[in-house]
Amino acid sequence: MADVIKKATRESYGEGLVELAKDYPNLVVLDADLAAATKTGIFKKAYPDRFFDCGIAESNMIGVAAGLAAAGKQVFASSFAMFAAGRAYEQVRNSVGYPHLNVKIGATHAGISVGEDGATHQCCEDIALMRTIPGMTIINPADDVETKKAMRAAMEINGPVYMRFGRLAAPILFDDSYTFEVGRGVTLTEGKDVAIIATGLMVSEALDAAAQLKNEGIAARVINMATIKPIDREIIINAARETGVIVTVEEHSIIGGLGSAVAEVVCETVPVPVVRVGVNDVFGKSGPAAELLKVFGLCAENIVAKAKEALALKK
Amino acid sequence: MDASLKKRLSAAATRIRMGVIEGTFNAKSGHPGGSLSVSDTLAYLYFKEMKVDPENPKWPQRDRLVLSKGHTAPALYAALALKGYFSPEEIKHLRHTGAMLQGHPDMKGTPGVDMTTGSLGQGISAACGMALASKLDNADWRVYAVLGDGEIEEGQVWEAAMFAAHKKLDSLCVIVDNNGLQIDGPVDEVNSPYPIPEKFAAFGFNVIVIDGHDFDQIEAAFDAARACKGKPTAIIQHTVKGKGVSFMENQVSWHGTAPNKEQYDQAMKELGETLAALEG
Repeated sequence: MADVIKKATRESYGEGLVELAKDYPNLVVLDADLAAATKTGIFKKAYPDRFFDCGIAESNMIGVAAGLAAAGKQVFASSFAMFAAGRAYEQVRNSVGYPHLNVKIGATHAGISVGEDGATHQCCEDIALMRTIPGMTIINPADDVETKKAMRAAMEINGPVYMRFGRLAAPILFDDSYTFEVGRGVTLTEGKDVAIIATGLMVSEALDAAAQLKNEGIAARVINMATIKPIDREIIINAARETGVIVTVEEHSIIGGLGSAVAEVVCETVPVPVVRVGVNDVFGKSGPAAELLKVFGLCAENIVAKAKEALALKK
Repeated sequence: MDASLKKRLSAAATRIRMGVIEGTFNAKSGHPGGSLSVSDTLAYLYFKEMKVDPENPKWPQRDRLVLSKGHTAPALYAALALKGYFSPEEIKHLRHTGAMLQGHPDMKGTPGVDMTTGSLGQGISAACGMALASKLDNADWRVYAVLGDGEIEEGQVWEAAMFAAHKKLDSLCVIVDNNGLQIDGPVDEVNSPYPIPEKFAAFGFNVIVIDGHDFDQIEAAFDAARACKGKPTAIIQHTVKGKGVSFMENQVSWHGTAPNKEQYDQAMKELGETLAALEG
């Protein structure tokens, strides 16, 4: 994979903010003392007058974002997923979600791939938390291209959007011709034996898994589900009908995230087996990200194994 | 303040208090105590201080009021109705199923409500965001954030205070309604937030301490707040919880209890007499 170009989606986020600033003069960016890590520092350097550091006070930052939005500004508020969605959950719910204010939350360092910092910083619950807030849009882009297109799409939504980015460099999967639409999954490979629905960093692993399965004569359909809410029901229902079994893959708890969202749709429409690959109701651990992803089963090898288990469940 | 203005503001405050009683009686729930303590301040803000237009509630250049102590919504609703944002009839349906007036302020559903509040400690942060927007636009509209004294036990209040002072948000005026009581008892017995003025001063605020039922002092405080540049202002107002209704004054039990019919009649009689004396 040495020839694959990689970039962390947090890096794309920082660059994307600078690109948006040219077209959205009302854009204001907030951070909570993590600008160097979330990469909003890139924006701060380019537009120092439109960047405000709130210090280590995420609850207040989300409230400030709400107030700016109530006064007509377009806001990105940034921190690690743990603090943006976790620490400030109730502020997101009551000050942003309930009044449906035009606040974008740029949450970086989501999931296990935070790496060495360990469990306190490895947020695997953010999608679950954000999904419960009425009117919240949740987007978990897979690569650099999708991140920037999704940010632009988010700016056109007049309401709250939670955007989830990673620390670890992710392979660039798409080119400029890629079309991103909020609420639409994208079929990346066709296949009728099993559908693998993946999100974020796991999309490239799912593609690798599909290639391995192909060598074994199993045709896997890989779907990139960047928007977790509102979920693309149609693409899920078609996958259930046409493949008869679904594997979901996310760098998030198997409780409340993509796997749950897919299972909810499948159970209510075309009941077929759904096997969830994700963090299995445990806290994270310290270690290099690439090693941890294997330890937690967030890798192509485990997706292949789970796909085979799923196939065995197929009637 | 000249006598006729003072009389008009006192009458407006009394009508707001009558709205508080009307609303909480019909709702059979709600928070009369802290609504009555803040009624004079809201009367001053809506009928003297703030640039607002009830015909155009979303006017971008308006002054904003964030009722961070959102449970005292009955006073805010009464003030907004009196100002003409909506019919006073709505107050009789406060907290009812399908009604416009929610238990806590809802900016999406109620004209004149500038921020959704109710979860304590959050309104002041939103007020900071609004004041920052005003500053970014070089606008002259101001933001008034009304907090309870129990509310400032929330840590978020101090995150916001640090932010407001550091960002030099001089269009922000925080009002702390220091009526001394919270649900579980006197604030200094529950988890004392005292001394309040020293705390805000230490955070970098221009601090003014007043009697929140004295319109001369209220006027002087808001004039001084407007004149202060380079830092936000905190007005710490000493008030009486339940002010204006004899049997509710300084009684912690009236924090979150609605009057029954007999208490309603008694309260309205007292407030009616106050109003008659002012307008008679």
